[in-house]
Amino acid sequence: MTGTSKLLTATAALAIAAGLAACGIEQSKDKAMADSGDPIAQYKANPKFAKFIVGEKISGYVFASPETQAMQDDEFENPGMLAVQDGEAEWAKVEGAAGKSCASCHGADGKSMKGVAVAYPKFEPKTGKLAAIEHRINLCRTEFMKAPALRWDSKPLLGLTAFVEYQSRGLPISVKVDGPAAPFFEKGKEFYYTRRGQMDIACAQCHEQNAGNSIGVENLSQGQSNGYPTYRLKWQSFGSLHRRFEGCNQEVRAEPFPRGSDEYTNLELYVAWRGNGLSSEAPSVRR
Amino acid sequence: MADIKPKIRLPKDAKKGDIVEIKTLVPHPMESGQRKDSKGQVIPRKIINKMTVAFNGKPVFEAKLEPAISANPYISFFFKCSESGTMDFAWTDDDGSVYKASEPLTVA
Repeated sequence: MTGTSKLLTATAALAIAAGLAACGIEQSKDKAMADSGDPIAQYKANPKFAKFIVGEKISGYVFASPETQAMQDDEFENPGMLAVQDGEAEWAKVEGAAGKSCASCHGADGKSMKGVAVAYPKFEPKTGKLAAIEHRINLCRTEFMKAPALRWDSKPLLGLTAFVEYQSRGLPISVKVDGPAAPFFEKGKEFYYTRRGQMDIACAQCHEQNAGNSIGVENLSQGQSNGYPTYRLKWQSFGSLHRRFEGCNQEVRAEPFPRGSDEYTNLELYVAWRGNGLSSEAPSVRR
Repeated sequence: MADIKPKIRLPKDAKKGDIVEIKTLVPHPMESGQRKDSKGQVIPRKIINKMTVAFNGKPVFEAKLEPAISANPYISFFFKCSESGTMDFAWTDDDGSVYKASEPLTVA
């Protein structure tokens, strides 16, 4: 701009010509910057991330810092593995009037759970609603073990969820959105595109339109759910996807829904569908 | 707290004379004794206050842990391999219980 103002002191005609030229240069510069600085394109070009990217779908792992990625990669250092350990103990614990544990029906090592978690949330005929994996675990407890349901994000339920999810680690997310799940999927989709809160922001505005861009110091991800439940550094603890939804809702200054609510479960299905094909990383580490 | 299972990682391909990193992690709340519960009562201190490691019965590492150390203490140290043997780990809790674990170390 200083160049333009200097020219203005010379002649008006020259100034107009120079201004137009400067404008043209600036536009092409912007375009060049976008080409070289596009974080999504850079992620895709990085062979290190190949197994975390499927087409246009990019796991939250890719958006994390190298330190966070290293924490997740090493099962020893991954704090989420402690939750899996808790879950293994819960799995074998006999509870309820029926005198059973999870292991009584599903086997002691949990191997029978391989591939189960990646298909959740799914339609549950017993309740006529959509069930997240946490709902299914609680249904097993109340129906077959005659034990009380566990509170969402309580240590035993998080442990069991982590243990069951861990059996499917590395398998592609594959939720079904047709058949009886279709109406719930539509509701979840509607939630995703609905602006809410004082900030009047929908999920899509951050995670669809601005994935890869920064929001303050944070790096916006695509909001993929393939790593949940996750050890989140911000929480300094292990937590569920619904806890994360709650945080997102609070950040746009909206009233969050309760964890385990129908609204969040429908949203979970829609978000999982957006990540269909990505490998399950639970228990992951996220910032 | 009887079900505490420490995690330990020893190198599998250590050679004689190598300096190797030994990693340990104990799941433990490490309650500092400085926090208060919802009723304003002090939550009593409960931490692991001591960690000892012996190799073939000979002490090789000892650490005194303090209340400021975070939950699930992760401690690693370096060790010079000279022979194969067993490494015995012990963590002492404030309540007097000792969590023990042993791992074999094979030196080629």
